[in-house]
Amino acid sequence: MDVLYFAWVRERIGLPKETVTTDAETVADLVTELRAREDRYDLAFSDLSALRVAVDQELTDFDASIKGAREVAFFPPMTGG
Amino acid sequence: MRIVVQEPPFDFGAEAEAFASGRHDMGAVVTFTGVVRDFGNGGLDAMEIEHYPGMTQKALEGIAAEAVSRWSLGDVLVIHRYGRMEPGEKIMMVATAAPHRKDAFEAAEYLMDYLKSRAPFWKKEHATTGETNWVAAKDEDEDALTRW
Repeated sequence: MDVLYFAWVRERIGLPKETVTTDAETVADLVTELRAREDRYDLAFSDLSALRVAVDQELTDFDASIKGAREVAFFPPMTGG
Repeated sequence: MRIVVQEPPFDFGAEAEAFASGRHDMGAVVTFTGVVRDFGNGGLDAMEIEHYPGMTQKALEGIAAEAVSRWSLGDVLVIHRYGRMEPGEKIMMVATAAPHRKDAFEAAEYLMDYLKSRAPFWKKEHATTGETNWVAAKDEDEDALTRW
């Protein structure tokens, strides 16, 4: 699946998008896998309360299933308007 | 209902005029425009707005559709820019048309509250000193959603 990062999450991880092969069942499982990779991921995901997630472009929470998902995006709370 | 996500500036006057014109059953049109605000000391060089292409349009359409379902509205317009903007530039606008003003005002406020916290935009300030800062979401913006 494609994993996307926006705003300071993108800057901290150092890339806007990557393709990830995973057996993770939930967003939280995916986060655990990503954090184990490298310090920059561990740092970016160190405080989940400061992050939001969208699965297939719909806002959801970290307990959500990602089975069959095509796209998971991580970003800080939005500041539109 | 018209939802526009674009990088270039928009003509607020022309958009408002076009939106308000030719309606015979709408007694009220409300417009709101968000403007890039300087820190107050001339210290802001520019505001950069990042968004999530693909999700942004759908999220705005969902918010507008919810407004249409909650209030008696004849039409809704949302224009939201992304990219780099200088102080004084218009970032976005919403317009609502309704038979009566209460619906138009309330729906416009609802749209603004949801646009702030549920549309995938992120603001980054570029100071004249060269420093940059991602604008943090405010608790009061999140709290504002609870009243709806």
